[in-house]
Amino acid sequence: MTNVLAEKKKARLEQLAQAAAEPGGVGLWREALRRLRRNPAGMVGAVIVLAFLLLAVFAPLIAPHDPAQRFKELTDNLRADHIPGAMSGFPLGGDPNGRDFLSRLIYGSRQTLFVGVLATLIGLTAGVTIGALAGALGGWVDMLLMRLTDVMLALPSLLLAISLVALASKSSQWTVIAAVATVNVPIFARLLRGAMLAQRESDHVLAARSLGVKQRAIVLRHMLPNSLTAVIVQATLTFSVAILDAAALSFLGLGDPDINRAEWGLMLGTDGQRYFEVRPELAYYPAIAIVVVALGFTLLGEAMRESIDPKNRR
Amino acid sequence: MLRVIVRRLLQLAVTLFALSILVFVWLRSLPGGPVDAMLGDRATPERRALLVKALGYDQPILVQYWRFLQRTLVGDFGASTRSGDSVLSVLGRAFPATIELTVAAMIIAVGLGVPLGYLAARYRGRMPDNLSVVGTLVGISIPIFFLGYLLKDVFTQHLHWFPPSGRISIGMDNTHVTGFFVLDGILTREWDASADAIWHLILPAATLATIPLAVIVRITRASVLDVLNEDYVRTAEAKGLRAKVVRQRHVLRNALLPVVTTIGLQTGALLAGAVLTEKVFNWGGLGTEITNSISGSRDYPVLQAVLMLAAIVFIVVNLLVDLSYAVIDPRVRVR
Repeated sequence: MTNVLAEKKKARLEQLAQAAAEPGGVGLWREALRRLRRNPAGMVGAVIVLAFLLLAVFAPLIAPHDPAQRFKELTDNLRADHIPGAMSGFPLGGDPNGRDFLSRLIYGSRQTLFVGVLATLIGLTAGVTIGALAGALGGWVDMLLMRLTDVMLALPSLLLAISLVALASKSSQWTVIAAVATVNVPIFARLLRGAMLAQRESDHVLAARSLGVKQRAIVLRHMLPNSLTAVIVQATLTFSVAILDAAALSFLGLGDPDINRAEWGLMLGTDGQRYFEVRPELAYYPAIAIVVVALGFTLLGEAMRESIDPKNRR
Repeated sequence: MLRVIVRRLLQLAVTLFALSILVFVWLRSLPGGPVDAMLGDRATPERRALLVKALGYDQPILVQYWRFLQRTLVGDFGASTRSGDSVLSVLGRAFPATIELTVAAMIIAVGLGVPLGYLAARYRGRMPDNLSVVGTLVGISIPIFFLGYLLKDVFTQHLHWFPPSGRISIGMDNTHVTGFFVLDGILTREWDASADAIWHLILPAATLATIPLAVIVRITRASVLDVLNEDYVRTAEAKGLRAKVVRQRHVLRNALLPVVTTIGLQTGALLAGAVLTEKVFNWGGLGTEITNSISGSRDYPVLQAVLMLAAIVFIVVNLLVDLSYAVIDPRVRVR
């Protein structure tokens, strides 16, 4: 009987400890969202990101043609020094393979989203795991993991990505994603470790520990959730970096070799660069798309960072 | 001060040691291992076995690592599998080209970035500030190789202001002393060679400078805004010091600390960006070597040496930055 009571008491205190971690009683995210709505730059970013997501999801409905199909109208006059421009049915003309450029641009949003999201998520998962282990265990595990991130950070990110892609005998979409993801691992790891260390000293963790909550539960239920905000913000910013890095790898000839795949970085890095003198639009439109989307994610990420920063709390 | 230097040098040694292990592991995990990478597809088993023995791959792994370390320490990175030149001579040619380009880019980035960031902070919320915020965001969102093509198109194809590629005009018979063409011209008093080299340098350096420039403007702005709110600035103003003195001695000096850190970190962005910029402008530096060593059959000895060199440059620059704190920040000097 007394045991049950003690358990109940413990659970109640644990709840209190958790509530203490959310200052002011209002949820951190609700408060952040409120402030985000008042930030015009953040809203612009959010609108861009939303439009980009909608474009990617509904690409088959929006695009006039199949992005991989070659059209007779577009291949008829196709020469190395002449790529057909706008004509009826093909508002932006063709690409060097006689395919509809507009449809490829629209479908490109899908691939770009895919590469960016996957690279960010993989980097985040691995980084968070490393950071959580280092932050929770401390000691020599922490030492070892942090020296590893040091070495990874010692190589400029694109150079690290290049050396990773070069490891594979043939580059593919997956080598690009893996390389871009790996580059971001140390950043996430450092960020999470820092947040975890700060959590370790905080009052609610101390409260939980003095209640006899198990170390495992403290890490998973108290320290980790409270440390994740910074990581989520960083993920938004990482997305821009990921699509820019993927574009750079394509430009260097280390990108996805599948010519049927429409991806902005690939379009800019291969055809856009090769036919710049013949039809600069092939470079301009994917480049503008990349800049706008990268800008959208950066604006949103910065606004999120500002909105969760306790210094801006009122 | 001395203790700081010694401690940082020890850290440098540890990082370099870890890096050497990483590069060693990297070399061994190449597709088919380094032997196949060197021989290509047409290797007979006999030639393979011979090369394995010659390179010492039949030895225990620790012995192999020790030999690799010994060779690396004396600068023996082997020979390029493409040209057969020694990797060291390839580096000797390419290294000065890249350093010249990155230093020029850094001069542009710092020279424009610090004043622009300062102006943005001073006119916070007004036109110059808003322009700088938008401009820097676009600056970090643009793929720099695309910007390079854009600049090249406008300034060489249409306006003919700058040469499209290379480090120096063909036929310019300049004397090579250090490999830094601008410096060489000054040393040998071949002023026209220096001028020509600078003329070739402007567009690539401007391209490469975009990202560091944008970052430096942002950091300077944020840092100056922070310092302007400090009590000691208000105190200095209250004491009746002239605005110019407060700005230079109190605001700028204190605001520069994070900026210096950023400059160190941006060296990484510069080295990475150099790979892209050098390809656009056919520059012939480390970046060009990287591009060439990965196109087609991969030239691993060159790639490995260039990557390691880039890492060392990055680490050393950041070490220098850390040490420069002592000069800028008196609080560090005391410790």
